[in-house]
Amino acid sequence: MLEHLLTKIRSFGIPRIIIILFLLSLWISAAFLSIPFPALLSDTFVRLGMNTVLTLSMLPSILVGTSLFFGLPLGIICGLLGGVMSIELNLKGLTAFFAAIGFSIPLAILVGYGYGLLLNRVKGSEMTVGTYVGFAFVSLMSFGWVTLPFKNPEMAWAIGKGIRVTVSLEGRFSNVLNKLWAFELYGVKIPTGALVFLGVMCLFMGLFLRTRTGLAMQECGMNPKFAKASGINVDRMRILGTIISTILGAIGILTYAQGFGFLQLYEAPMYMGFIAAAAILIGGASLKTAKISHVIIGTFLFQGILVVALPVANTVATLGSLAEISRIIVSNGIILYALAQKGGNE
Amino acid sequence: MTQVRRFLTNNAVSILFVVIGVLGLRVSGLSLPFFLEDIVNRLARNSFMVLSLIIPVLAGLGLNFAIVLGAMAGQAAIIVVTHWKIPGVGGILLAILLAFPLAVVLGILTGRLLNRARGKEMITTLILGFFSNGIYQLVFLLLVGSVIPMKNDVLVLSSGVGLRTSIDLTGGLKNGLDDLLRIPFPVCAAVTGILLLGVYMVGFFRRRSVRIGKLVGIGVLALFLIGWGLFQVYTRSMFNFVRVPVGTFLIVLGLCVFITFFTRTKLGQDMRTVGQDRHIAEVAGIDSDRIRIIAMVMSTVLASIGQIVFLQNLGTFSTYGSHEQAGMFAIAALLIGGASVAKATIGQALLGTLLFHTMFIVSPLAGRTLFGDAQLGEFFRAFVAYGIIGLSLALHSWKKQMQAREEARRSV
Amino acid sequence: MERNGRSVLEMKNISKEYYGNKVLKGINLSVREGEIHGIVGENGAGKSTLMNILFGMSVIHSTGGFEGSIEFLGNPVTISSPFDAMALGIGMVHQEFMLIPGYSVTENIKLNREITRDTFLSKILGPGLRTLDWESMGQDAKRALSKLEMDIDEWARIAGLPVGHMQFVEIARELDKQNIKLLVFDEPTAVLTESEADRLLSTLRKLAETGISILFITHRLHEIMEVCDRITVLRDGVQVATKSKSETTIEELARLMVGHSIESVGKGKVNLAERKTILKVRDLRVLMPGETVQKVDLDIKEGEIFGIGGLAGQGKIGIANGIMGLYDSDGSVEFDGKPLPLNDPREVLKRGLAFLSEDRRGVGLLLDMSVEMNIVAPAIEIHRKFLKDVGVFSLLDRAQIRAFAQEMIQKLDIRCLGPDQPVKRLSGGNQQKVCIAKALALEPKLLFVSEPTRGIDIGAKKRVLDTLVELNQHNGMSIVLTSSELAELRSICDRIAIISEGRVMGILDPDADDAQFGLLMAGDYAVRQ
Repeated sequence: MLEHLLTKIRSFGIPRIIIILFLLSLWISAAFLSIPFPALLSDTFVRLGMNTVLTLSMLPSILVGTSLFFGLPLGIICGLLGGVMSIELNLKGLTAFFAAIGFSIPLAILVGYGYGLLLNRVKGSEMTVGTYVGFAFVSLMSFGWVTLPFKNPEMAWAIGKGIRVTVSLEGRFSNVLNKLWAFELYGVKIPTGALVFLGVMCLFMGLFLRTRTGLAMQECGMNPKFAKASGINVDRMRILGTIISTILGAIGILTYAQGFGFLQLYEAPMYMGFIAAAAILIGGASLKTAKISHVIIGTFLFQGILVVALPVANTVATLGSLAEISRIIVSNGIILYALAQKGGNE
Repeated sequence: MTQVRRFLTNNAVSILFVVIGVLGLRVSGLSLPFFLEDIVNRLARNSFMVLSLIIPVLAGLGLNFAIVLGAMAGQAAIIVVTHWKIPGVGGILLAILLAFPLAVVLGILTGRLLNRARGKEMITTLILGFFSNGIYQLVFLLLVGSVIPMKNDVLVLSSGVGLRTSIDLTGGLKNGLDDLLRIPFPVCAAVTGILLLGVYMVGFFRRRSVRIGKLVGIGVLALFLIGWGLFQVYTRSMFNFVRVPVGTFLIVLGLCVFITFFTRTKLGQDMRTVGQDRHIAEVAGIDSDRIRIIAMVMSTVLASIGQIVFLQNLGTFSTYGSHEQAGMFAIAALLIGGASVAKATIGQALLGTLLFHTMFIVSPLAGRTLFGDAQLGEFFRAFVAYGIIGLSLALHSWKKQMQAREEARRSV
Repeated sequence: MERNGRSVLEMKNISKEYYGNKVLKGINLSVREGEIHGIVGENGAGKSTLMNILFGMSVIHSTGGFEGSIEFLGNPVTISSPFDAMALGIGMVHQEFMLIPGYSVTENIKLNREITRDTFLSKILGPGLRTLDWESMGQDAKRALSKLEMDIDEWARIAGLPVGHMQFVEIARELDKQNIKLLVFDEPTAVLTESEADRLLSTLRKLAETGISILFITHRLHEIMEVCDRITVLRDGVQVATKSKSETTIEELARLMVGHSIESVGKGKVNLAERKTILKVRDLRVLMPGETVQKVDLDIKEGEIFGIGGLAGQGKIGIANGIMGLYDSDGSVEFDGKPLPLNDPREVLKRGLAFLSEDRRGVGLLLDMSVEMNIVAPAIEIHRKFLKDVGVFSLLDRAQIRAFAQEMIQKLDIRCLGPDQPVKRLSGGNQQKVCIAKALALEPKLLFVSEPTRGIDIGAKKRVLDTLVELNQHNGMSIVLTSSELAELRSICDRIAIISEGRVMGILDPDADDAQFGLLMAGDYAVRQ
């Protein structure tokens, strides 16, 4: 009986249990400190809507065998470019949002293709190379934000060249999804539009994984030798997986931005890959396998912790950076744990 | 002719950076004496850290992104010593001593983690660096003043909890090592020239088989240094105001000597063996896990000393930022010097530091001249640092794949 | 050359069981001083296991140890690790060199046995900081090399040396261990050219003359006859014979090596003269590490069961792998009258060939996936079966997949909890049946099967072979069966080709003389069909 229980616990994952317990204890502390629970839950749902697609971008990369998608900054930048173009064309509301996505997808396909070619040459080191290519690209793009000829006064610096570090989406597509079909339930505000959007994305992903191509992709990640013996071109599948991850990254940042209310340029995308990676790992994924349920559960847990940690910590010690610090510790800690698992040698 | 071509391809990166450096210097409009002052100090404070990366490469652990932990240990020690108001060389030595046990523990923990993450050492050290940064911030931002009692108006924030974002070492540890001995640059140049001549004379008479080309080259360089140095002294030029912190350089030299000695020891050879082929090492009876941990400990301890050397020269440090860049810049510097994930020498470390920091100095100014914006120069600088690491990692991985394919072909 | 010197090694009544499977049954091996003792046998005869026991390898101890006793120089000894063996004076020259390419000859010879000198620091901080005495080490290395009469620069890097020289460095390393009394050579000539092999053999003789005893494991019978004093033949874990050279011939050794033990499945003789050729192979070259194919020509008739046999590492495994496109290949192949492209797994599958790989778990299965998905995956990819259109998408048809899997489970009697059970939970035999089902889903015209009964218990073995015969006789499927178990091949094949050194040595009828099989496998003797 005990043996059985122990094996169940181990397969569920000790870190996952720690995280869930941590979240529960934070919720309980919040209750004790009279922090309004409905507000916490509303915030969590909003953040769920904002971040899930970014976490989802990790999925194709893991499934096709290229591990965690640390090249996420590349996809993010494509999305940001789309957003900026949408503002430049003076679009508003949902149209602006979907146009931004529309602009960013071809970019993401191009960038994803190039990045995929690179990853095929560095099999075994996808994560390390991806990290630094991501960093370098962000720095290069910082160059770009300053030099690209965007004229819209909302975005540009008053004096000097280039776009501002953060671009407000007020009046553009800020909160377009969050406010869409939103309703309240016992004081909890539910951002239905955002949740529906992420639901649709997850649905598409799920359907794709049930197609012939989706199956082929998963075979590549599970056992490349089997895939090759079945006539699948593993290298081409890896590129496809990378492209899909990049596209999801682009869509993901736009979903995030609409909830946040701002487009964050320059150095902001640098560490987002680690956050998304941590989220999917918390949800139960490993470097080699992942499911859509992991994406949703993981984002919920991760964001849940961040949402509740801030007010709880503020009553203990008034320091705003606790959120940032706990994010660093938790996200990197979980990735470290995943890396230290034996089995999964490159 | 092919020898020249081979030299060029093997050292392409370093040559590229020499070109960037020289061009950048012209474009930036910086005067040579000012540049020298800056670069001499940067070399003094950064070389130690870059050298501490050599040992993990030797042991097959690749680029040790976790020297950040050593840097943090060094910083923690400095904070304590500054809090106790112990100045000068004494303070520095105390800091090194204090950092030592912490660095050893961190090194052991890192080593054991890496032994679990076989095959993924570099990404693990990378993430470990980020993670430890979080812990560091937790300790010094939240625990200091609250859980860890520390009353110090200079260091601690006005709220009583957490250290200030920047700490000034003036009057304390600043230049503790540097000020031990400062000699004007031309004199240094001349003395170096004489020493060079001396060392090679001795070497020549001992071994008798030094290549003529090398001997002539060294001889010319030495004579040039002596001549130029004496001339500058005589004309009392601006160069005489560039004062070289010889004390610090002697420490760096000491490390170079130690590393050279170490590679000739049994432990050093075992490390090399483990780095070359872990499986064969184990079959021959070497405990590769233990060797790897020792390599990590050495590197972390050296990094802690390196950070102390760095900060005493800089004089002020960003409490929450200095150590972050330490790792990344040191690695970029090593790679620019021509090192790779599999091989790193002292010469490459020193050359790389020189080239990297030249670019560092020159970029913002060049950016201002070329684009009218110094900020662009800084972005370029970051792009180059990240890019060079990414490129080097990619090349290494690609080469490994090619090698594996070649071996498969050859076994046939 | 008979030597009646004292006994160096006595292995008495050695038996070893791996999980209920007896791989060595009462082996008695004795080696005298200065003797060269040869050990021959097919794959799986027990040679490696016997050597592992002699060397105290952990794989022996972690699986229950062994029965019997070992005496070295007349004293009973316990060898529980390679270091015990080394301490006694037993050395081994491995088939895959344990040399570090980036190191010099001296560094390799002295690996972890370097000569050191004390320093100031080492007295305080420990022996790790002693410096290396390269001069003395170089001298030692030179001495060891000269014992072999090799004129290699002791400071040359291994990476640039020819393979033959590398092997001599391996040997020099063992010789440098001063107390060497017994040296084991495991298939040393496998990687050498003919002249290098000759040189090695004369070196072996020289070493024996200095009093070192040698255990020489090889499959090349003519080498055995050239240098060995006595020869032990192993077959299926049994010591079939130990003879001195003067008492035997190559033919007899070949016969002893192969032996009888056919369990006929009752396949009748088939007249192939009238059948057309379904697969024509010419000048096939395959770059498969460890199983290289140099030049293979074959004509496979429609509806036959064609066997490919030979010793391990000789290339038989490479043929199927090459034709199916899994490894780089060269040459020309024709299937059903039309040219078949090489290096294109997809095309080969489309044209109607299928493959049951020898690497069941590595290539043949997606271990974490269910039984049913494993069965249908290639068919989905190649023939777009089991799909249904839902709007714009073409999705997996779960119902169809489930139905087909159930059918296969029943037909092949796959023991599992259900079609959705992860395939890694099944036993070896049942996993093999899943692979067969997977191949059948493709509806192939020709099936390549490699090592179908490896790692499967006796009962399941027969069932797998029966299934193959049934497929051949009832469905008319042509089968190419590659196996290292000659008995298996002789029981169900119509014809058997023997591969040695990457070439077809000959094609025999299953009831041909044992000696013929043995000689072809030893590569000594080519029989024209």
